[in-house]
Parts: sequence; structure tokens; C-alpha cells
Amino acid sequence: MEGRQEAGKENKPSSTSVDPQGDSSLQVEISDAVSERDKVKFTVQTKSCLPHFAQTEFSVVRQHEEFIWLHDAYVENEEYAGLIIPPAPPRPDFEASREKLQKLGEGDSSITREEFAKMKQELEAEYLAIFKKTVAMHEVFLQRLAAHPTLRRDHNFFVFLEYGQDLSVRGKNRKELLGGFLRNIVKSADEALITSMSGLKEVDDFFEHERTFLLEYHTRIRDACLRADRVMQSHKCLADDYIPMSAALSSLGTQEVNQLKTSFLKLAELFERLRKLEGRVASDEDLKLSDMLRYYMRDSQAAKDLLYRRLRALADYENANKALDKARTRNREVRTAESNQQLCCRRFERLSDSAKQGKTPWLRNPCHWAAYPARVPTSPPSSPELMDFKSRRVSSFRKNLIELAELELKHAKASTLLLRNTLVALKGEP
Amino acid sequence: MAAEREPPPLGDGKPTDFEELEDGEDLFTSTVSTLESSPSSPEPASLPAEDVSTNSNGRKPAEVVLDDDREDLFAEATEEVSLDSPEREPILSSEPSPAVTPVTPTTLIAPRMESKSISAPVIFDRSREEIEEEANGDVFDIEIGVSDPEKVGDGMNAYMAYRVTTKTSLSMFSKSEFSVKRRFSDFLGLHSKLASKYLHVGYIVPPAPEKSIVGMTKVKVGKEDSSSTEFVEKRRAALERYLQRTVKHPTLLQDPDLRQFLESSEWFEEKQQQFENLDQQLRKLHASVEALVCHRKELSANTAAFAKSAAMLGNSEDHTALSRALSQLAEVEEKIDQLHQEQAFADFYMFSELLSDYIRLIAAVKGVFDHRMKCWQKWEDAQITLLKKRETEAKMMVANKPDKIQQAKNEIREWEAKVQQGERDFEQISKTIRKEVGRFEAKRVKDFKTVIIKYLESLVQTQQQLIKYWEAFLPEAKAIA
Repeated sequence: MEGRQEAGKENKPSSTSVDPQGDSSLQVEISDAVSERDKVKFTVQTKSCLPHFAQTEFSVVRQHEEFIWLHDAYVENEEYAGLIIPPAPPRPDFEASREKLQKLGEGDSSITREEFAKMKQELEAEYLAIFKKTVAMHEVFLQRLAAHPTLRRDHNFFVFLEYGQDLSVRGKNRKELLGGFLRNIVKSADEALITSMSGLKEVDDFFEHERTFLLEYHTRIRDACLRADRVMQSHKCLADDYIPMSAALSSLGTQEVNQLKTSFLKLAELFERLRKLEGRVASDEDLKLSDMLRYYMRDSQAAKDLLYRRLRALADYENANKALDKARTRNREVRTAESNQQLCCRRFERLSDSAKQGKTPWLRNPCHWAAYPARVPTSPPSSPELMDFKSRRVSSFRKNLIELAELELKHAKASTLLLRNTLVALKGEP
Repeated sequence: MAAEREPPPLGDGKPTDFEELEDGEDLFTSTVSTLESSPSSPEPASLPAEDVSTNSNGRKPAEVVLDDDREDLFAEATEEVSLDSPEREPILSSEPSPAVTPVTPTTLIAPRMESKSISAPVIFDRSREEIEEEANGDVFDIEIGVSDPEKVGDGMNAYMAYRVTTKTSLSMFSKSEFSVKRRFSDFLGLHSKLASKYLHVGYIVPPAPEKSIVGMTKVKVGKEDSSSTEFVEKRRAALERYLQRTVKHPTLLQDPDLRQFLESSEWFEEKQQQFENLDQQLRKLHASVEALVCHRKELSANTAAFAKSAAMLGNSEDHTALSRALSQLAEVEEKIDQLHQEQAFADFYMFSELLSDYIRLIAAVKGVFDHRMKCWQKWEDAQITLLKKRETEAKMMVANKPDKIQQAKNEIREWEAKVQQGERDFEQISKTIRKEVGRFEAKRVKDFKTVIIKYLESLVQTQQQLIKYWEAFLPEAKAIA
């Protein structure tokens, strides 16, 4: 099924707010998108006065795999280990929608033509909604990158934005997918190992708190997201139920010869309208609640990944220390051990700093570190990745919850009006 | 003089029969009183041959009595009841002729008696009384008009439908004026039935007009030329004459098939169809309402689950204001879940249960219609048996077996009574059904209207609560700093 979308900023489902911090030196948006048989083509438009680019305005066409490639490039880059990498956009998935349309086409002969048309309309609207969402997700990803002071300067990013040709990043084949899957398992196992390692104590209250918080938060937001999805699905089911109801009432009305005729016909009309309202409630809940929760579920995962990397660095540092001690005892390869330890130390510090950006002087002294001090007073963070995560989250929740409440009110009021009018009409009859 | 008017008696038994019946039945007295009080009966003596000639000339304007009657049946019925003598209530019920299948009248007239050898005609005492009352010859107080030829359908499946209007003051008919739509094949079917019943016992059954393939095809194809209009007119007139002749025959006039042909109203067929359609649609509606109830319950459960996870999320959230807002959201969702539950109950108890009640009620209505059919069948069967018995009697007379003859006569008496009972029962049930259906429909309208209004009010209630809850939440959301 073909679909086109002129993705202006206004009509995007904005479950996540990306504020370019007033910096207009690099503006990215998805100006157009086309859905073909099994892929979506996004037109990425860049406006920039940065000297790096050849033009001030240019566009390229990108597919989903190229976005994933970009994301992975960031993740694998050691330089960005201390940053929260914006979560990759989810793969465009029209399968479910397509299946439903197909099932409808295969036909249930018991439904009338009008019912069929309505259901088809519903499914097409659903398809369109999914399409709009996937465009929005891809756009938000790019916009966060463009907004981040460090990430926006990445070479791959420039290539992605500017290079006119296909980036030839073939989709991952099965082996690679499996590999990625296994890597994730290894990562979580590793994480579990590191944290249960005796002797490895988190030296910084701040990070301890953050880790505990994020672990719990991530689980709970994932839960909330799943359940919000189910609520939305139920609402959709409810809306769909009105279709056969309205059809049956319509038939009843046409058949009746007595006063019930008008009653039934009015009811049929009422339920048709209620269906539309109910459908809007469902889609608003989807955008304002489900999507928002889903986005922050992914973002909190990205934050967790950062903490994991830091923890890994800590473990490495620790191991390096032990190795150095051993080397010194045996008086063999001390130089190597020393330099290695330095490396690990620096890495660990870098990650901690960028995550928190506080000056923790004691960490800079390897000797102190070797002594494993138990507790260190945490310095107040100024503009660290994790704090950034929090502020983004809070403002996004605020915006979406307000909009959700306002929309729910709007629809409830419209429903009430509709119902009242019908009641008046029905009561007024003899 | 009246005695001379009787058809050749089959035996000596005829007058005896008559008297016996006369003794036993109330029918006689009531019939007489009806005849006297009937407002529309002209002087028997004044029914001249002129009437006959008027009928066969030109077209009579269609009597649309029957259409009005459909609405007014109950009014008519009560009027007629008051005309009756107090002892007899429901002779003058409505049409005695049900449809064997509730579709077109054509099927009614399909000859049923082909395989049976029936000989003797059936004579009922009360109508015989009427006939006896007539001073003059073959003229009875009944006029038939065939009018309004109307093309129904298209192409080769098309046919002409004629309006058959009966005007009569005979008490055996429930109304004094009524009409039905019949097609040519219906006339032929009627003749076929009458012929098979009466011809071979010696009655001169008037023949039906002839078929004409050429003529009819022209009409079907739609040629609007003068030859087809002429054809239709010729046929119409012939059909009218045919019916006039048939009804003027006192014996044939008694025949239930003839009466059914003249009187059969679509009321019962229509009503049956209506109830069938109603049943279908109500079932569909009921099924979809049940799905609605089910999904609303699911929604309630899912909302409750979400409320819990929102609360948990709020607990995790370390930003104070957001945490509080999330807790509030959880509370709102919990209240909404309650709301959904209550609405689901309303969906069910008000709407769904009403529908299932009526589905069952309509099954009862359909049963009642079926009983009427059975009643008609019983009447028909009794009539067939009676004819058989008469045949037997005739055979016995020929064979000259006096003891068997007596037995046959006894049986004939028995079956005549059964036939009359059958007819009475049928008319009774038909009348009752008409009244009942009216009552049922009135009740149904009231019930549905009441419940619909109540249900909608419950929906309004839910929405208003939603407004309350969200309005309370909004400031909390705005308070997130």
C-alpha cells in the first residue's frame, strides 16, 4: 500500500519534545516519506550554516537500515561511551495492519457493504497513523542528534545527512542479528556479574542512586507502556463494536413501520458518531500516553547502557589495578601494567564525568583509588547526561499529560453533547 | 321455492341432514340475525341480472378497502362482533386463508387435491340458509370485480397482477368489501382445484380463461402497443366473468379454496415476514451488543492494570511534582476503570437483556403463527375427509347396501361438524392473533423507547463523570514544574 506524508512539524505526533536549545545552526527534519511494498523511504532535509557542509540546504533519501547503521556507529564509538545515545527508531511495522486489511478483504459475507466500507476506512486510518508515527520516531532520533553538542559533530552523522548516494548498508543478515542478540545477553550477564562481584562497590552515591533508580524506572515504565497499549487496544475494539451495532440499528429502522423507525435510525446515527469519537480517544491515548511511555522506556534503556559502560570501565580499572599490583609484586611488565591502568583510570573518569560532570578530585588520584575509599561526597551535577535525561523526561511528561487531559475532556464533552441531542430528539417524539 | 333451489340431492338424506343440523346448532339463529342486521344487504329481490352485467362491463375502480383495513382491522373486528348475536362471537373473523408458504398467493392456489379423488361437494348449513333466503334464482348477494392490471417484475419473469374485489353482504365473509391481488396462474390454480373436486360429481365448474403464450410474452417483453393492451383488457374481462360465474354457483361458493382465493389477505404473510426480519436483525444487534459488553469489561480490566503501573511509575519517579502527577493519573485511571465497569453493567442489563427478551418473545409470536397454520391444515384435512365420506356414501348408494349407507351418513354428519369446527377455530385464532399482534407491537414500541432513553442517559452519566475526573487532573499535570 502506498502512502505519502508531508511531515511538517505541526502535524507530527510529538510525544517527545526535542528542543534544539535555540541553536539553529543545524536543523534536521523529515520533509517527506513514501511507503512502498516492504520499505519506507524518508526524505531527510537539512538546513545548516555550518562550514562543513557544501550547501546551506539539502536533502537525501534514507531508509530505516541506514538510521540503524548510524545509531550503531555511535554506540560502537568509544568516544561517546560517556553519553546517552538517543535510542534508535523502531523498524516500520505495517505487518499487523496489512494482515487485518487482507483479512477484511477475504471477506466475511455476513457484513453489509456499509460495514465493510467503514471497517476498511478504520484500517486505512490505522495504517496512516502507524505511518505518521514511524516518520516521527525517525525524525526525533535525528533531531536529538542534531541538538546534542557532541553528537552533532560526528563524521558519520554528516555523511548520513549529506551523502547523496545510497549508504549501502545492507540490512543485518541472520548471523549478524543473532550476533547482536547474543551480545545483548552477554552484556546483561556481564552486568549481573560485575554488580555481584565482591569488592566492587559503587564509589559514588550519585551513580548508585542513579543505577537503582534507572533499573526500577525502566522496568516500571516498560510495564506502564505495555498496559497503556492494552488500554488503547480495548478502546479501539470498543469503537469497532459500534460498526455492526449501527448497521443492525439501521436495518431495524428501515424495516420498522411504527414509531420505532425514527428511534432506531437516530440511534444508528448516534453510534456511528460515537464510534468516531471513541476512535479518537483511542488514538490520542496512543500518542500522548503509550508512545511517550515507549519513548522513555527506550531512553531509559540508553541511560542504563551508559551506566553499564561506566560500570564496565570501573571493573576494568579495578582489574588493571590488581594486575598492576601483581606486576609490581613480581616485578615483571610493570610498565605495561602501569600504562594499562592509567588508560582504564582515564576512561572510567571520562565516563563518570560526562555522565555526571562533577569534579570528583579524589578519583584523579590513582593512589586514593587503589585504597578503595568507601564513600565520597557527591558533587552536585550541572549539565550531565543523566540530568539531561531527567529534564527531558519531566518536560515531555508534563506536555503530554496536559494534552492528554485536554483531549479527553474535549472528547467527553463532544460525546455528552451528542448524546444529549439524541435524547432530546427521542423524547420529543410521540 | 327454496327447496327447489337446492342442487340435485344425493340421496334422501339431504333434507334430513339439514334439519338435524338445524336442531343442534346455534349457527342458524345467529346467521339469521346477522342477515337481518347487516346494513349493507340490499333486498334479495332486488339483486337483478343487471348487477351481473355491470360487473362484466369495463373496469371497476379498484376497491382499496383492504389496504385501509390493515390498519383498521381491530376497529372493524369490534364492529362486526357487535353485530353478532351475543352467543356467537368470532365467526366474523378475518380471512380464513393462510399462506402455506408466506410468499405469493400463487403458491396458495397450487392444486393440492390432485391426487385425491373427491367427489361430493360440501354444503354448510348456515350458508345454505342464506341461499334459501334468496328469493331469486342463481343470484346471490355477491359481486366480483377484476381490475387494475399491473405489471409486476421485469422481462420474462414478469406477470400481470389483477385486483380481485369482492362486494358482498353474505355473512360467511368477514367483511362486506375486500380485495386482493392475484395473478393469472392463481386463477388457473383455483379452477384446477375446483375442477378436481367437483367436476366428476357432476357440477358444472365454470372454465377459466385460456392461456395465451404469445399474448403474454408480448406483455412481458413490454410492448406498449395496442395489441397488448387489448390482450390485457380481454383477459381482465374474461377473468371477471369467470369469477362471477363461479361465485354465483351456490355450491362452489362454499368451497374454502374459492373463499381463500377471494379473501386471502397478505396481512398474515406480511406480519410473518416482518417478524422474521425483526428476529434476524435483533439477533445481529444482540450479538454486537454482547461484544460491546465484553470489550468494555476488558477495557475496565486493562484500565485498572494501567492504573497500578502508573502508580508504581509514580513511586519510582524522583522528580517530586511529576511523581505526584503520576500518582494522580493512577487515581484517575482507577476511577475510570470503575466507570467502565458500571457502564458495562448498564450495557448488559438495559440493552442486551432487552434484546434477548424480545428475541424469545418473537419466537413465541412465530409459534402462534405456526399454530394458525396447523389450524388451517386441520380444517382442510377435515374437509378432505368429509368429501371422501360423501364419496363413500355415493358408492354405497350405488351398490345398494343400506346398512353401509347409514354408517356413511353418520360419518358424514360427524365430519361436517368437524369441518365447521375447524373453520370456526381457524377464524377464531386468526382474529385473536390480529388483536394480539397489535397489543404486542404497541408494547414493543413502548419498551424499546423506554429502554433506549434509559440507556442513553447512562452513557451521558459516564461521560459527565469522565469530564469531572479529567478536569480534576488537569491542574495536577500543569503543576509539574
